[in-house]
Amino acid sequence: MTTRTRRRGTGQRVPVALLVPAALGLLFLVLPLGGLLLRTPWTALGPRLTAPGVLTALRLSVQCATLATLLCLALGVPLAWLLARVEFPGRRWVRALVTVPLVLPPVVGGVALLLVFGRRGPVGGWLDATFGVTLPFTTTGVVLAEAFVAMPFLIIAVEGALRGVDHRYEEAAATLGAGRWTTFTRVTLPLVAPGVAAGAVLCWARALGEFGATITFAGNYPGRTQTMPLAVYLALETDVEAAVVLSLVLLTVSVLILAGLRDRWITGP
Amino acid sequence: MTHPATDPHRAAHPVATGPTTDPHRGGGAGGRRVRTVVGLLTAVSLVLAGCGVDSTRPADDGDLTGPVTVFAAASLTEPFTTLGRRYEAEHPGSTVTFNFAGSSALATQITQGAPADVFASAAPRNMATVTDAGHAAGTPTVFARNQLVIAVPQGNPQRLAGLADLTRPGLKVALCAAQVPCGAAATTALDRAGVRVTPVTLEQDVKGTLAKVKLGEVDAALVYRTDARSADREIDGIEFPESAQAVNDYPIVVLADAPHPTAARAFVELVHSAAGRTVLTDAGFQPPAGP
Amino acid sequence: MTAPLLDGHLVVDRAGFRLDVRLHVAAGEVVALLGPNGAGKTTALRALAGLQPLDAGRLRLDSVVLDQPDARRFVRPERRPVGVVFQDYLLFPHLNARDNVAFGPRRQGLPRRAARERATAWLDRVGLAAQAGRRPRQLSGGQAQRVALARALAVHPALLLLDEPLAALDARTRLDTRAELHRHLADHAGAAVLVTHDPLDALALADRLVIVEDGRVVQEGDAATVTTRPRTDYVARLVGLNLHRGRADGRHVHLGDGFAVPTAHQLDGDAFVVFAPTAVTLHPHRPDGDAPHTWPATVAGVHRHGDHLRVQLTGAVSTVADVTPAAAAGLRLLPGQQVWASVAAGDTRAYPVGP
Repeated sequence: MTTRTRRRGTGQRVPVALLVPAALGLLFLVLPLGGLLLRTPWTALGPRLTAPGVLTALRLSVQCATLATLLCLALGVPLAWLLARVEFPGRRWVRALVTVPLVLPPVVGGVALLLVFGRRGPVGGWLDATFGVTLPFTTTGVVLAEAFVAMPFLIIAVEGALRGVDHRYEEAAATLGAGRWTTFTRVTLPLVAPGVAAGAVLCWARALGEFGATITFAGNYPGRTQTMPLAVYLALETDVEAAVVLSLVLLTVSVLILAGLRDRWITGP
Repeated sequence: MTHPATDPHRAAHPVATGPTTDPHRGGGAGGRRVRTVVGLLTAVSLVLAGCGVDSTRPADDGDLTGPVTVFAAASLTEPFTTLGRRYEAEHPGSTVTFNFAGSSALATQITQGAPADVFASAAPRNMATVTDAGHAAGTPTVFARNQLVIAVPQGNPQRLAGLADLTRPGLKVALCAAQVPCGAAATTALDRAGVRVTPVTLEQDVKGTLAKVKLGEVDAALVYRTDARSADREIDGIEFPESAQAVNDYPIVVLADAPHPTAARAFVELVHSAAGRTVLTDAGFQPPAGP
Repeated sequence: MTAPLLDGHLVVDRAGFRLDVRLHVAAGEVVALLGPNGAGKTTALRALAGLQPLDAGRLRLDSVVLDQPDARRFVRPERRPVGVVFQDYLLFPHLNARDNVAFGPRRQGLPRRAARERATAWLDRVGLAAQAGRRPRQLSGGQAQRVALARALAVHPALLLLDEPLAALDARTRLDTRAELHRHLADHAGAAVLVTHDPLDALALADRLVIVEDGRVVQEGDAATVTTRPRTDYVARLVGLNLHRGRADGRHVHLGDGFAVPTAHQLDGDAFVVFAPTAVTLHPHRPDGDAPHTWPATVAGVHRHGDHLRVQLTGAVSTVADVTPAAAAGLRLLPGQQVWASVAAGDTRAYPVGP
């Protein structure tokens, strides 16, 4: 055993007990992707990609996922800070509540959103009566649904990063005359930037693939609320090949963007 | 105190028990590792086997007391559950297992080899997927029809009377997407009526469409009469004449690879029987056209 | 005497620990808080900086009350004219040396450009103009210490606080940095409080020592007083003396059990007596005559100490004795060995216990 590992390994020795499940894990994740590639109608790819609606859905997906991520950053980073830094009664419960969208089936999340932000919901009704604004069946609704489902990913990542930061840096900033807000923006936030970036990437990816909450809360209408996952699902009803092509487009775009961001932000020098 | 370097036991210690030079210990550790890996692989394969299909199918003996597995469109959930209980009562010892889902999903599962005895589809198109792939034993038969109604909240607050009212400005309408049967039927009906409706959403299935009405997010939707009826008090279904031109046939067939074909045929007969028809009619279905 | 720049009575209660320290520092004065680990030095420093609110007492700096719980007065750290050099410097890792130093001036409202100029000037003063663009992780320990000092001084603090400023440095760097730190402290017009557990740092950098043990001031004074007249075992150990407490009676200090130490000066009443380990003479047998000035002791341990052997003695009078190897040869110094110890009157120093 020992000698065999030695002969093979020139640098680091990888225990077989880790290597085998690791390889199985990779296969498990990658094989379905291979299945998609096998079913891809390569010759018909061009016309399928330029079919009306594909690019529209793709653009809408990327736009909505990006907006949802920005919304999550604006609301989630302060919430993560609160959870990481402020002792308040019931913090344990608040933390548990924050992760609810992770365990809630997204469709149920969508229904819950409708019950609050829908026409008859307390917030939605007020918005409608006061500003004439309705959220369901709008692009804003898509962004809200995606943000609802994706925000926990950001909060968990950022809270973890905040807990890892030596809070004495913040004390040092205070002794140099920085108030709490300045300390947060000038010291804390730069220190947790890698964690925020990682959380934002996860958040964006989750938002991009969001289906259940989106279709439930925002419905499905081409050009307005039909994102790629919705288009894929409907295509599956009639035309598996079209669904495969659409999935491939979504995969390619997200892998390209995530790989690009990873190099730039996540794996620092 | 003695200096550590002059202590012979201490000096010898790292050599004597080093993991790389002690053959006994090294071998023991290696063996343990192999066992761990084997155990892990066994566990994984067991889990996979557990998730998969039971490959040892008992031969069909023509007995009606065995199990029968029915893949049926989601809209059939209530009448078929009733019929299943009746079948079990008529054939003591038998069990009927249902898999209710969207017809297209069921068709995909069947063509990918799922072990079903009977397939009841909400649309001929999905049935065609199965028959074209050679998975049907015999020709499918239509056992029920379904028709569209305008689903509105209870009491019809918007006072809608027909398809033309759906074009009213400010009225929010949900339709099924054209890719699913209820959407195709809705498109046909609206085309025949010459009505152009701009829906706020094109839902993935009829249940989703109906849910939008139930939650009050839309004022009206085109759904099957059976679905409107299953929602009983919350929803009123408004009949409209053009629905007759967009009727949906429900075909049923015994599958070629059915593990229990005799029981499967008996269940299909029950669906076609007068008793079966009564159950379906109570649920809002119409009897098949023709003689 | 004019009112001190810093006038504090710092009281902080923690679970099982109470800090209760009075502290006065004049402008231009450097005071070292010296004490063993856990004595409360850092807590005191944090209270001065405003990072630890007082539970009682009062803190006044330059006629402004910064913290007074019974008057519900507390000035937040960012509003105090205080600069802190932290033990491990806490330079912001995402900013280069110049931006670290410019951070304080920027917060004081200086425009970016002016703040950078001031930072550059300060880096120049600590000899790091060339390293201005480097991130903290690219700086050596000594360089980081100097950046931290420049950062604390760049806000022109009325009170400069230094928490173990040299503890993280290796011996060689420490020597150079200590000399340079001394220069900057001499230039500093405000008050300075230095927290350290190293007597060398305290003696080299401070004008006055405040010894803190277990949350209380046990002794304070200039370096000469503290080193010659220690009042606790901790201080005596720091300055390398044997300290005993007894009752003076003319030219002897009686230590109990009938033993006494002779002194050169007349003294009466409760007294401390100190003598250096090298002043102790060891005898294998009880010398004749002179009985009260010789006491029996048991050798507890022996180890090398410079060119002497340091002997730990237990018994009625616990003492450390330094003997030459030659003297040791005739004594057979093994743990458990019984010996007799004495000290000459001219080698002891006695002073009253009362202030």
